[in-house]
Amino acid sequence: MPSYAWPPEDQRAYIGKRISRVDGPFKVSGRAKYTYDYNPKGLLYGAVLRSPYAKARIVSIDTSEAEKMPGVKSVHIVQDKGTIIQWAGDDVVALAAVTEDQAEDALRAIKVEWEPLPHFVDDEKQPPAGSGKTSGAMSQDDFVGAISNQMPQGQLIRQLTTDGVSFKVDDEFIKQAKSFSVPQPIIDALQKAPYHPESGDAPRSPYKEVRSETKGDPDSAFKSAEVTSEGVYGATVITHCCMESHGVAAEWPDPDHLVVHISTQSVSSMPGQIAGGLKGQGVNIDAANIRVEQQNVGGGVGSKFQADRWGIYVPMLSRKAGGAPVKVMLERDAELAVAGARPSHFARVKAAASRDGQITAWESEGWGTGGPGGGAAPPLPYVFDVPNQRNRYVSVATNTGPSRAWRAPQHPQAAVITMGALEDLAARLNMNPVELIRKNIGLVTEARRQIYLDELDIADKMMAWSSRWHPRGQGGNGSMMQGLGLSLHTWGGRGHASNCDLSIHPDGSVDIKMGTQDLGTGTRTTILIVAADTLGIPMEQITLNIGDSSYPTSGGSGGSTTIGGVSSSTRRAAVDARDALFAKVAPGLDTSPEKLVARGGRIFVEGDASKSLTWKQACAKLGAMPITVQGKNPGPENLTNSGVGGVQMADVSVDTETGIVKVNKMVAVQDCGLVIDLKTAESQVLGALIMGVSYALYEEKIHDPTTGIVLNDNMEFYRLAGLGDIPEMQVHMMTGKGYDERGVIGLAEPPTVSPGAAISNAVANAIGVRVPFIPLTPDRVLAALEGQKGAQA
Amino acid sequence: MRSFEYAAPKAPQQALGLLGRNWGESEILAGGTDLLALMKDDVVRPRRLVNVKAVEGADLHALMRRQNGLQIGALVSIARVAESADIRQRYPMLANAAVEAASPQIRNMATMGGNICQRPRCWYFRNGFGLLAVDKKTGKSLVLEGDNRYHAILGNEGPAYFVSPSSIVPSLVAYGAKITLASAKGTREVPLEKFFVTPREENQREHDLRPDEMLTFISLPAPPAGARVAHYEVRQKAAVDGPLATCAALLEMSGGTVKTARIVMGHVAPIPWISQEAAQAIAGKPVNEETAEAAGAAAVAQAKSLGRNGYKIKLARVAVKRAILAAAQGGQA
Ligand SMILES: Cc1cc2nc3c(=O)[nH]c(=O)nc-3n(C[C@H](O)[C@H](O)[C@H](O)COP(=O)(O)OP(=O)(O)OC[C@H]3O[C@@H](n4cnc5c(N)ncnc54)[C@H](O)[C@@H]3O)c2cc1C
Repeated sequence: MPSYAWPPEDQRAYIGKRISRVDGPFKVSGRAKYTYDYNPKGLLYGAVLRSPYAKARIVSIDTSEAEKMPGVKSVHIVQDKGTIIQWAGDDVVALAAVTEDQAEDALRAIKVEWEPLPHFVDDEKQPPAGSGKTSGAMSQDDFVGAISNQMPQGQLIRQLTTDGVSFKVDDEFIKQAKSFSVPQPIIDALQKAPYHPESGDAPRSPYKEVRSETKGDPDSAFKSAEVTSEGVYGATVITHCCMESHGVAAEWPDPDHLVVHISTQSVSSMPGQIAGGLKGQGVNIDAANIRVEQQNVGGGVGSKFQADRWGIYVPMLSRKAGGAPVKVMLERDAELAVAGARPSHFARVKAAASRDGQITAWESEGWGTGGPGGGAAPPLPYVFDVPNQRNRYVSVATNTGPSRAWRAPQHPQAAVITMGALEDLAARLNMNPVELIRKNIGLVTEARRQIYLDELDIADKMMAWSSRWHPRGQGGNGSMMQGLGLSLHTWGGRGHASNCDLSIHPDGSVDIKMGTQDLGTGTRTTILIVAADTLGIPMEQITLNIGDSSYPTSGGSGGSTTIGGVSSSTRRAAVDARDALFAKVAPGLDTSPEKLVARGGRIFVEGDASKSLTWKQACAKLGAMPITVQGKNPGPENLTNSGVGGVQMADVSVDTETGIVKVNKMVAVQDCGLVIDLKTAESQVLGALIMGVSYALYEEKIHDPTTGIVLNDNMEFYRLAGLGDIPEMQVHMMTGKGYDERGVIGLAEPPTVSPGAAISNAVANAIGVRVPFIPLTPDRVLAALEGQKGAQA
Repeated sequence: MRSFEYAAPKAPQQALGLLGRNWGESEILAGGTDLLALMKDDVVRPRRLVNVKAVEGADLHALMRRQNGLQIGALVSIARVAESADIRQRYPMLANAAVEAASPQIRNMATMGGNICQRPRCWYFRNGFGLLAVDKKTGKSLVLEGDNRYHAILGNEGPAYFVSPSSIVPSLVAYGAKITLASAKGTREVPLEKFFVTPREENQREHDLRPDEMLTFISLPAPPAGARVAHYEVRQKAAVDGPLATCAALLEMSGGTVKTARIVMGHVAPIPWISQEAAQAIAGKPVNEETAEAAGAAAVAQAKSLGRNGYKIKLARVAVKRAILAAAQGGQA
């Protein structure tokens, strides 16, 4: 039985070192090709007619004139008459033409008759007390809307089961639903749904209670509490803002084969998704006959797991145009409006502690939106499992682009709410928040207590927290105030399922094929590091092929699962291939395979110079046939693990006359088990801090109450942090004993969780009052300062 | 973008001859940093684009001293204004305003004429609801009913609520700039502040510019001797960010006290806002925290919130105060 275990530190050539990304030069020199760059000869330009209304019924669509326009090759109705559109910007009709201008002109010739319906986009207002117990029976329109707007299956089933329907579900309706490929579990729930004809077509309440839980005895705990603190906290809806927008190019070389270039985080799952979507359009093609390619992707941040509407209608446009390649890349306004939203979460929180700082009780009344489907509750309280707690959460259904997973789904918002409430509690206690956390470390899951304590110590030194921290509001005289804040976070990050083929060729070259993708995180680099370290050869000697659905499947890059998955499958493949090579060469060296090691480009018996071959000499012994093995994850010997902790601290200055916040410094201390590449790991954390400064201070998706459209669907009013806004950043990765032996754990999500909370806390520390919601824009900061003045007056 | 006819005339008279009589017929293309975005968003739909960048006439492309003053050709880039040693020395407030505008790429492309004639950044206007953003169904103002966090706090009696978009114009106005407008029929000169108008109707522009006219020159008088100047911009981000409020202050001093002042606020009203109130408040006084604060307060005495933009009143007050303090402390003309 070979040993797959990660090599100990003294036997690693690459693992854990600082290694630059192998594709860096390609990217910065513009040679890296993205979906956006796929422009084959004869490419047709796709364009999309989008809903100008946040909620409206499509009464009729007439595309006859557009079809006759010069250059137009195909037209596809994405959502037909009768459909109720649930958010502004949703795709209605797509078409393809020879030039971009022809496509745009043709869009303007499409006639859509709309029946605008009342919409609702206000998620910041706290739902009225007691609301959300029931949102009323679903009308037929509600149901059709939920299906066409991809309401999560579980949620739809729950809603059907608890609230029922206001229309008769007859055989005809079921038949229709089936013809639209409504999944069977939903059909079952629909057939069993209680019938409430009395609700008629009355608009349903946007509010729906999705969590109501009590643990321990919060009422008595609050009653006997020595110190309590109350506040409102939250984070508004933001978008993903991928540098490369979503988009697809598709072509049919023949009627039975489809080739798709798509900007995606999940190459291997695309053929199946696309085949399923095409089936709904009456086109039967096996997933096996769909080939998906993507060499580079300009960011995903969680928003690119689905084939999406465009992943289906672009192949349809191509098919209708005789198979010619058709491409649609979302324009920036559409990208911001429909292709990415992090749900908002807000909460009114009460927290209590004994006078010496032991947290005793927690109560949260939360709300927020994930779009038309409402949304799920965030994990509150975050990290700290308070003994007595009550949590209620009301999801708010809004006519806004549906939410998508956003780097560490739900956690940044949960951190803003929890760490904000605990910081406020610390202020009430007149206590340094570091001390409050230490006192309550017992409320943290046991596995991470020591990790957090160690990380706090290191962060403290990096920020000089202990010597620099001051109580609230003592951040200076005059209009510039300075403050410090901190936050803790956690994440899972176990490696996903991953397969690869690794071949050692007789000429000594090596190739790996894996259907994974590199989101810019360094996936290519880390695969090569693991393979090179295992085979004892330079990284440059290995050719890596990824980004193609014809390669062995590997999981989607999300939830910090990629590094654990690809490093484990690569390690197993490389160990097996190496051992196969050992078996071939051992007899010639007059030794047994177990005695051989591969290091420094040689295969040899340790301590015996006579028993040694160069890698090339060894491979030459293979004869004509290469060695090819498959590596898998999961597999024998667990190489990946789950569960990390991180601590971050922020230093800010606030101009109290303008409400403008400047982050001076961020410190991040993070563990992630065995680090494969220290440099890309640190880069990952630095990127998270940059993203965090951006969402803490600037980012916000703003919907117009009157029209329901996204008002800031551009990079001018959807502000992103620029170079000048980025603080000094220091990263410390926890490595070595206690960490390395845990195996590889993902890192993409965790460092993104805390910046919002840490910066919000630093601002509270600076100005002496909590700014309830992030982003911490001048209007919000000034309002909080005004409120404080009002309270003092 | 819709199709359009494109002309790139060389002769000035030819350029003027290509301009239409009504808006919509033609549009002048200078740096294109604003116009092309408006066209891509289908907000402005000219049938003809007259690219004036190649129009001959050295003056249009030059910075020239004129009787101790300065004439800036309309086609001079913002970058050149920012870098000009003469402007830095004699009109430092203008140079600073130019340095802080937009981004290096945009400053290289954008012209001074285009900067003055650029269209409002109001998000209702840019989303196709018109300059006055009236809801067609209800006849009500989308700005008043909706999200007005970036809208006007002064001169906001309606029906226009957008804010004047240039962060350079307030400095030009403070220096007393005049502009020359040319058409095939002749030229006229107007004080820059008079060029900006608050539209009353949807088909009216926010400039005193006729469809067949082109802005050709900006003329600055000699800077008043011994004047102290500074401008202050409240921007949330460090760079490339639309200001929330700005102020250009020009103080003529007499000994330790202010003789007269020109206080011009930007991004607070549909037009660059000359605050007589602030000027009066500081006149005859020495400049210190207290008097500057009082001038700021006077500047926004008439300001009114539209609902979500109340915070801008505070920002405008601070901008005025800080511009005056900065002028007195270091700025000089
Ligand atoms: C990201 C970004 C940031 C920005 N930040 C700032 C900022 O901080 N401060 C600031 O002041 N501005 C800012 N702007 C606006 C920018 O300054 C203007 O877009 C630019 O000055 C316009 O000049 P242009 O030559 O490109 O004009 P164009 O785009 O060519 O034209 C703009 C308008 O003026 C008209 N026009 C142009 N020249 C003339 C003329 N000679 N006579 C009559 N009409 C004319 C055109 O017909 C058009 O309507 C920013 C723009 C962007 C995109």
